[in-house]
Amino acid sequence: MSSLDPVLMSRMLTGLTLFVHIVLATIGVGIPIMLALAEWRGIRTGDNHYTLLARRWARGFVITVAVGVVTGTAIGLQLSLLWPTFMRVAGKAIALPLFMETFAFFVEAIFLGIYLYTWDRFKNKWTHLLLLIPVAIGSSASAFFITSMNAFMNQPQGFELVDGVFTNVNPFVAMFNPATPTKVSHVLASAYTTSAAALASIAAFNLLRGRKHVYFKKALKITVVSTFVFAVATVMIGDFSGKFLAKYQPEKLAAAEWHFETMTEAPLIYGGFLDENNNIKYALKIPYALSILAGNNPHQEVIGLNEFPENERPPMSVHYFFDLKVTSGAVIVLIPLLYMFRKKLPGKKPYPKWLLISILALGPLSMSAIWLGWFLAEIGRQPWIVRGYMKVSDAATTSTSVGWMLVLFIILYLVLSVSAIRVLSQLFRNKSAEEEIRTLGLDIEGGDRK
Amino acid sequence: MSYELIGITVLWLFLYGYLIIASIDFGAGFFAFYARLTKQDHLINRLISRYLSPVWEITNVFFVFFYIGIVGFFPDTAYYYGSALLVPASIAVILLAIRGSFYAFENYGSKKSLVYLFLYGATGLLIPASLSVALTMSEGGFIVKQGETVSLDYWELFTNPLSWSIVGLAIVSVLFISGTFLTFYASRAEDHAALKLMRNYALFWSTPTIILALTAFIYLGQHNERHFQNMMDLWWLLGLSVAFFMIAMWLIYNGRRYGLAFICVMLQFFTAFFAYGIGHYPYILDPYITVQSSATTPAMGFALVAAFIGGLFLLIPSLILVFKLFLFDADYVKGKK
Repeated sequence: MSSLDPVLMSRMLTGLTLFVHIVLATIGVGIPIMLALAEWRGIRTGDNHYTLLARRWARGFVITVAVGVVTGTAIGLQLSLLWPTFMRVAGKAIALPLFMETFAFFVEAIFLGIYLYTWDRFKNKWTHLLLLIPVAIGSSASAFFITSMNAFMNQPQGFELVDGVFTNVNPFVAMFNPATPTKVSHVLASAYTTSAAALASIAAFNLLRGRKHVYFKKALKITVVSTFVFAVATVMIGDFSGKFLAKYQPEKLAAAEWHFETMTEAPLIYGGFLDENNNIKYALKIPYALSILAGNNPHQEVIGLNEFPENERPPMSVHYFFDLKVTSGAVIVLIPLLYMFRKKLPGKKPYPKWLLISILALGPLSMSAIWLGWFLAEIGRQPWIVRGYMKVSDAATTSTSVGWMLVLFIILYLVLSVSAIRVLSQLFRNKSAEEEIRTLGLDIEGGDRK
Repeated sequence: MSYELIGITVLWLFLYGYLIIASIDFGAGFFAFYARLTKQDHLINRLISRYLSPVWEITNVFFVFFYIGIVGFFPDTAYYYGSALLVPASIAVILLAIRGSFYAFENYGSKKSLVYLFLYGATGLLIPASLSVALTMSEGGFIVKQGETVSLDYWELFTNPLSWSIVGLAIVSVLFISGTFLTFYASRAEDHAALKLMRNYALFWSTPTIILALTAFIYLGQHNERHFQNMMDLWWLLGLSVAFFMIAMWLIYNGRRYGLAFICVMLQFFTAFFAYGIGHYPYILDPYITVQSSATTPAMGFALVAAFIGGLFLLIPSLILVFKLFLFDADYVKGKK
């Protein structure tokens, strides 16, 4: 085990940690927004069901935040443990966003603690809701800073490389590089979408299990409609990201599209596979679509992979990530749309089973879209760690123990995931929503206008 | 003052902050587990969870903050410490992960489990032990550098009395700091049963703390003459530390002014910690990294200092709010809110 290549092992361990962390980080960014929405509706309409909804979400949210904090700590340390040379050299340009991220995290941690422990402490209901503002700002700002650091690795600027040392660094130019706007907005919008979709899945699951209380229907409505709004925004920003790639990182777009020859009127390739000679087989070709994607113009010139030396091309497998991700995106917009037009659909039931099953799929679907998107973004800039400046193979640790650490972390993440899922499911099974509505007397107190 | 000096001072302050609040947290975990084993948990569990629940996440942030700060201000530390500490730091991360998540599982989940509590309590002592390796390493002599490859000399580390005395000191300090804080917290809550128990713990752990502090100091003298001599020049700071310790013990022993006693313990560690840190200057890792040689570019240094000042404007009021709500609100502490 110790004889295995530390570079490959480091890549695998970093990838594994991020794979786990991204689930929790995404939820961490999006759920506060949903909490605020539900609590705000509860106060505005006087309908306590929404307040209960926020309360129950918050209870589960704590568990995911706890695991998210620890996986986040892990990746924070692994940056230096597994990539010491990268941090030593590039750290001079990217320390600022990393540092700011911890401040944002600090604010989030403080106010989340207060929010969770003050449900009945303030006389004015709005005070408690206002506590969510710093939580939401903190978590979204964390995403902003950390994504801008990642954007720098894709689109480095704001320094000069002299004899392997970053000099003349301008931290702000580095932070606000051309990749930052599209990356950050796409990450935020997709995190909001995924969180709303995950909560929609839970509501659909309850309705599928035959629970008829109006509480679940309200939960379904607020989450599915939010998913739709966020998903539309995500798709639109995704389109900007494609245009960004065409202009600044053409090799990533070209690899994702198996686009070898530079040409105008470029077709978009969907599906299929490549043979040994890089000939595309069984793929669907949509004429002009890639040119339109790259520049809103069928005559747009799109740079092909052949312009790049072979050892600087990303792996061709990113094509599948791109296709799957874009497809999921379309489905995630479509399902909520069907829900919103459910009354116009054929059939008599207001909540047909097939529709509920599709909504149930929303959460897992959008989570996989997040993973696929990150695979595309990260694998798509191989072999570079800082694109154009430093290769992944020059940045990793030389330690021979990485393999063992990988084994340890695999075990850790398995234990954490299994325990977290068990604890979460017990949490909601032991105290059902109907029971809580009854004990709190929410049906009598009003708000429940059927 | 140059930006790298501001940087290291601020980071040292943050490390001190982490030392205090993490000790309270780690020790409380151990006490909670120990009390369950000895069937005294009904006395203190509610007290501990009332304090810890709103703040555990903040504790973790202090650690991340220090860590990111030092890597940001002094990128060379990422290279040396990162390369050498892969195994001990990964183990510390795993312990922190187990601790953080099982705390949440135990407290917010629906099932109370002794296994969860054991993991929470045991890791509370193992984490300071594993983190203290970084401190030991900084004294020099534990790193092997062959060409561009940096690695840790485990044989030297495990056979050196200095590393074991630092590990021991870390563990007993955790229990001592936590014991005195929870004594104070119990007295605020007017929880007499818990107060009695915690006061016993605090008194018990005071003796090993001072003995191991002395032991570690002596071994430091044998290991790193320069550092030892520098600390001897700061004898008045060390003397102050001992004086604060004695005031704290006198107050706790006589059962009065527990708040003041805890402040004295904080000052005891503050003076000792700064005597240690100033004595270590200018080295961050003896003899490879000094504060000056490893500092980041001036532009980044200034940006970090500016971010830091801006951040404090957010942080300090927020922390005050937390303290006001959960620490100094008598009704909350007593369990009425």
